Amino acid sequence: MDVKRFKEYISWLYYQYLLVTCSYVLEPWEQSIFNTVLLTVVAMVVYTAYVFIPIHIRLALEFFSSLCGGQHESTVAIMS
Amino acid sequence: MVLNMTEGPVKKPVNGNGCCRTSNGVKPGMNGCVKNHLYQQHSYCSSDEKSSHICHNGGIYKRPFKESFEETPMLVAVLTYMGYGILTLFGYLRDFLREWKIEKCHNATEREEQKDFVPLYQDFENFYTRNLYMRIRDSWNRPICSVPGAKFDILERVSYDYNWTFKYTGRIVNDVINMGSYNYLGFAENSGVCADAAAEMTLKYGVGVCSTRREIGNLDKHEELEKLVAKFLGVEASMAFGMGFATNSMNIPALVGKGCLILSDELNHASLVLGARLSGATIRVFKHNNMQSLEKLLKDAIVHGQPRTHRPWKKILILVEGIYSMEGSIVHLPDIIALKKKYKAYLYLDEAHSIGALGPTGRGVVEYFGLDPRDVDIMMGTFTKSFGAAGGYIGGTKELVDYLRTHSHSAVYATSMSPPVVEQIITSMKCIMGEDGTTLGQERVQQLAENTRYFRRKLQEMGFIIYGNDDSPVVPMMLYMPAKIGAFGREMLKRNIGVVVVGFPATPIIESRARFCVSAAHTKEMLDTALNVINEVGDLLQLKYSRHRLVPLLDRPFDETTYEENED
Ligand SMILES: Cc1ncc(COP(=O)(O)O)c(C=O)c1O
Repeated sequence: MDVKRFKEYISWLYYQYLLVTCSYVLEPWEQSIFNTVLLTVVAMVVYTAYVFIPIHIRLALEFFSSLCGGQHESTVAIMS
Repeated sequence: MVLNMTEGPVKKPVNGNGCCRTSNGVKPGMNGCVKNHLYQQHSYCSSDEKSSHICHNGGIYKRPFKESFEETPMLVAVLTYMGYGILTLFGYLRDFLREWKIEKCHNATEREEQKDFVPLYQDFENFYTRNLYMRIRDSWNRPICSVPGAKFDILERVSYDYNWTFKYTGRIVNDVINMGSYNYLGFAENSGVCADAAAEMTLKYGVGVCSTRREIGNLDKHEELEKLVAKFLGVEASMAFGMGFATNSMNIPALVGKGCLILSDELNHASLVLGARLSGATIRVFKHNNMQSLEKLLKDAIVHGQPRTHRPWKKILILVEGIYSMEGSIVHLPDIIALKKKYKAYLYLDEAHSIGALGPTGRGVVEYFGLDPRDVDIMMGTFTKSFGAAGGYIGGTKELVDYLRTHSHSAVYATSMSPPVVEQIITSMKCIMGEDGTTLGQERVQQLAENTRYFRRKLQEMGFIIYGNDDSPVVPMMLYMPAKIGAFGREMLKRNIGVVVVGFPATPIIESRARFCVSAAHTKEMLDTALNVINEVGDLLQLKYSRHRLVPLLDRPFDETTYEENED
C-alpha cells in the first residue's frame, strides 16, 4: 500500500518536473537529450562538491585557526 | 489587487472626494451628468436578492468596482522564463537541424530562387510559431460539429507527427461543456424562437442580396434593425454593418484623419488598432485603464498641440472597449467621460463584449455605470457575441450616423447584411428588451450575472489567480508556464470540458492564461462540473498560484485625477 502511494508520489513529482522544465512538450528524443544534459550537470556538480568541498573546508579551518592563535603560527612557521 | 473605486461604507462617503485635494477651481461633485445619476436607485440591485450586497454609495461609481490583477509570484515568473529559455534552446537546435537538412522541414521556407532575397521566416514570431506554438497546437482551432451552445460536440483528431498534421479519427467527442464561446446570453441555439424566425426569414428573403446598402441592397429589415438598435441603446440613430471587425477598422478612418489625435488603450482589440492606423491620425497609447496616464496624454495634447507646427489637434478621439476580452476588466467609463468632458475630446466605446452582458437590462457598460448613452459620442458594438449572430453597429447622434452612411467604407463597399442574420439579431434583441412579451431575455441577463459571480467566486476560493472585474463574464485564469498551456487544454478536454487557452502573442509572454466565458445557458450543474474539473486539473498541474496578496495595479490612487469641468 505504501509502496503504491510512494510510486504515485514519484510519478506526480516527475509530472511536475516535466511541466516546469517544459519537457512535457518536447519530443521523446529531445527529452532524453535534456534529461541527459541535466543529469550530467547535476552529477558533475555533486562530484565536484564531493571532491573539493572537504579540502576547502579544511583549508578554511586552518586559516581561521591560524588567525585565532598567534602561538600556533610560530609553531607552524618553525615546522615548515 | 483590488480596486475599490467607491467610497464604500468604511470610507467616508464624501461625494467628489477626489476633487477636494486639488488646488485649483474645485467644484464639489463630479461633472453634471454623472451627478444626475448618482443617487438614482438601481432596480437591479434592489430586486435581485443575490446581488443586493452591491449597495449604493456616493462618489462617481455607484457600485463597488472590484477589479483584481494579482501580481505574478516571483518563483513562478522565474520558472516561466526558464521554461521559455529551454524551449528556445531546443528551438535553435531544431532550426539548426533543419538548416543542415538533418531533419525534414515541415514549415514554410523560402524557395531556392528566393534564397538571396530578404529572409521571410527569420523574425521572432516565426521562430515562436515554428518551435513553440507547434508543440501545443492541438489545443487550438479544434473543429466542432454542433451548435456552440452550453455544450457542443468536438471532432476527435490525432497527430502522429507532433502536431504538424492532424488526422480525424472519425469519432466525435459528445457533450463537451463549452467554456470558451462568447455566447454570453446563450442565443447561440439551433432551436427556439430566434432560429425559427431566422429560418422563416430565409424562406421569405433568401440569404442575401449581392449589393451594398447604398445601391440596391437596402432592405426594410435593415432599417427595422437600425431603429431597434437605436432604441435599445438609447441613442438617436444607429447603423448596422455586416462585420464587427470592419465596423471598427473602416469607421475610425471615416471619423478621424490627418491632424487628429487618437488616444488608445494599450489592450485594445486588433480591429481598433487597425482602424486607428488606417486613419492616418497620430496615435498615442495610454496604460490599460489608467486614468492618470490618459489625463497626462490629454493635457500634453492640448498644451503642445501637433508636433512641430504646434497647431491644435483637429479632433481628439479616445478609443476604449467596454470589457477587455483578455483581461476581463471593465473600462472606467465614469472617469473617462469626466475626462472627455473636461478636455473636450470625443469618445469611441467598443462594446463588443459588454453589450448584452453587462448592466441590469443588458444595455452594456453605459447602463452598468448608470450613465447617459448620449455622453458617449460613438457607441460601437458587435452582434457576434451576446446576440449569437454576426455584424456590428455604430450608434450615436443622427448627424454622426448620416455622415457615416455616406463616408464609411463599410457602408459604401460592403454587401448588406444577410436577412436571416438580421432577423436573429432583431429577435434576440427584442427578447432582451422584453418586447416579445416574455421576461426570458431579462432572465438570461440575470442568469449571466449570477453565473459570473458564482464562477468567479468559486475559482477565487480555490486559489487560482483570476484577472478582471467581478462582474465581467470573461474570466481569465493564469497558467503562466508554456507547458501548462498545452497540458491544461488537453487535460480539460480529456475530462469533457472545452476551454480556450491563450498565450503569446495575444498576451505578454509570461502571462499565458486560460479564458473562460460564462454564459447564461450554463446551468448550475454544468458550472459545478466544470469547477470540479478545473479544481482537479488545477491540483494536478499545480495552478493554484494565488497567495491572496492583493496589490494595487496603479502606482497612484485614482482620486488624484480631477473631474471639475472647465467653466467657460
Ligand atoms: C473588442 C472587439 N471589437 C471588435 C471585434 C470584432 O467583431 P467580429 O468578430 O464581429 O468581427 C471583436 C471580436 O472579437 C472584439 O473583441
